[in-house]
Order: sequence, then C-alpha cells, then structure tokens
Amino acid sequence: MCNKVDVVHVPDGFLDAPTSVATGVLAAGTVALALRKAREELDERTAPLAGLTAAFVFAVQMMNFPVGAGTSGHLIGGALTAVLVGPWTAVLCMTVVLLVQAVLFADGGLTALGTNVTLMALVAVGVGYGLFRLLVAVLPRTRTGFLIGAGVGAFASVPLAALAFVALFAAGGVADISLGAVAATMGGIHVLIGLGEAAITVVVLGAVLAARPDLVHGAAHLRSADALLRRPEVVAPR
Amino acid sequence: MTSRRRTTGFLLVGLLVALVVAGIGSYYASSSPDGLEWSAEKEGFLDTAEDSATADSPLADYSVSGVDDGRLSGGLAGVIGVAVTLVLAGGITLLVRRRHDTADEHADADAGPPPTSRS
Repeated sequence: MCNKVDVVHVPDGFLDAPTSVATGVLAAGTVALALRKAREELDERTAPLAGLTAAFVFAVQMMNFPVGAGTSGHLIGGALTAVLVGPWTAVLCMTVVLLVQAVLFADGGLTALGTNVTLMALVAVGVGYGLFRLLVAVLPRTRTGFLIGAGVGAFASVPLAALAFVALFAAGGVADISLGAVAATMGGIHVLIGLGEAAITVVVLGAVLAARPDLVHGAAHLRSADALLRRPEVVAPR
Repeated sequence: MTSRRRTTGFLLVGLLVALVVAGIGSYYASSSPDGLEWSAEKEGFLDTAEDSATADSPLADYSVSGVDDGRLSGGLAGVIGVAVTLVLAGGITLLVRRRHDTADEHADADAGPPPTSRS
C-alpha cells in the first residue's frame, strides 16, 4: 500500500468515551449556534465563496509539508477561513471538511469527530480569528497590518489547538503517560507547523485581497478606511 | 451584471486551484508522519489509536479502491473530496444565507398600493 497522502486528525481510541461524548456535545452546540449566527455573515455573494473556501481547505489539507525531523504538517485553515468568510461561517466550513474527511476518507475517527470539530472548528477558528481581530484593532489600517494580524492569528491557532488536544488528553487520554512530555512534544512540533499555517494563510489572503478585497469578511475595516476602496458600488450598506 | 460575472470568474479560478492542489499537487505532499502522529509515536500512545468505522470506505486513506495507479487513485480521491465538500458546504451556506432582497420584495407586494379606483 502506498499512502502518499496521510493527513492525520485525532483517530478513534486516543480519548475515552466520556471525553468523546463531551466534545461531541460541545461541537454540536457550537455548530447549532453557528447555523444561526452565520446568517449575518452570508449573503448572495459570500455564500458561494464560503462553499469554495471549504473545498479549498479540504484540498490544501492534503498537502502535507515537511517540518524537519522526519515530520510533516498540514494547514488547519481555521484562521484563513474565519478571516475570509467570517468566524461563524468558518465553524460550518471546517465542520463540513472534517465530516467529509472522517466519513469518506477515514481521516479522523467517527467517535473522535466531536474532538476534531472542537479542536479545529472551535479552538483554531476562535484563537485565529480572535487574535486577528485584536491585532487589526491596534495595527495600522493597511494591507500589511491586515496580513500581519491574519498571519499571527493563523500561527498561534496551531500550537493552541495542539495544547487543547493535550488538555483533552489530560482529561480522558487512554494511555497513562507524562502529560508534561506530551505537551512539550505536541506544542513544540506544532509551533513549527504553525509557521507553515501562517505562510499559507498570508499568501492566500494576500492573493484574494489583491483580486477581490470586497469579498474578504475580515477586510471590512480596510474598505471603510478607504485604503482599498476601488469599487464603491459593492461596499455593504452600513 | 458585470460584477456578478466577475465574481463567478473569481470563484471558478479558486475552484480550479483547489482541484489542481487536490488532484495533482497532493501526490507530491510529504508522506512523513504529521505532527500529531509523530508526537503520539514519540510519547508512546500511538498504539491506542483504533481503526475508524469507515476504514473500509472505498475512499479510505485518500485512495480510490480498485484504482492501482497511486497518482491516479490519490488524485481522483482528492477531486471527489473537493466536489463533495463544495456541494455540502455550499449547500449549507446557501440555505443559511440572508435573502433580504426577496424578503423586501414580498413585503412590498404584500403591502401593495391601495386600490384607487372602483368601476
């Protein structure tokens, strides 16, 4: 068997049943809330972009990149998606990606689906978008400030999602091993993977911002600041 | 009208990029264990992983069962994944989206102009 592509999300078995049920409930609640909140982010123009963004994240998650020491990493895409189409829509997009991967491609366990949604649709999106918002509020209202905010958010989202996994492992890990060691190993390698996450996020957002700044959810402040305003007719009414 | 056409063009370019990445690029992805798998092996809990209930899926592990050529099998699996994700995510977001324009039209139609003449 030659498995060129080996994206690994949390498989079945790592976490005990109560922990998996708890993350399942948390994930379901988050998705239910997102289904209501995403309405405010989606209109005729942005809904197709959201579908495309999910498909794009699925594709790029297949592209494992080497991070040295015989290890690889892949994009999560939580920060990228949230900045592009809005955080609640990003929860839905990421959940669809994880669902398709788990059901069709056996990537990430079925009983671990709630865990993977919690880590990548909730923690990665929340951390990535939260940090992005924080940074664009204090950075200059420019294209560069926007990309720095998105890049830092994307970077931090990866080790923090990894540490969230360690927290779940502490609560319900099946194996009896040193948590400090797991945290150091998971956190360390995911700092490196986070650099790749930031690079991909900045390149993609830079390209979309150059082509269609009016479609980028997180760039509304640039449009109102007149920095990128070239198509006054498509600016959303306030 | 032109604005809508421009958006459609932009979306098609994005879809093309996704299809190329999943269908062709993925063959060149690193096959080293990813961060989680590597950590689990290093810390000694990788063996607690269990096979997914979908491990026998015809698309399991991003290859199409019955297609022997690795490049074709992985590429096909990627293209199918992109298509299914697009339809599912696009379907959900289209259902959830606001439809202010149509809502306003209905509101106007319901209110209607008052009848002005009776013959």
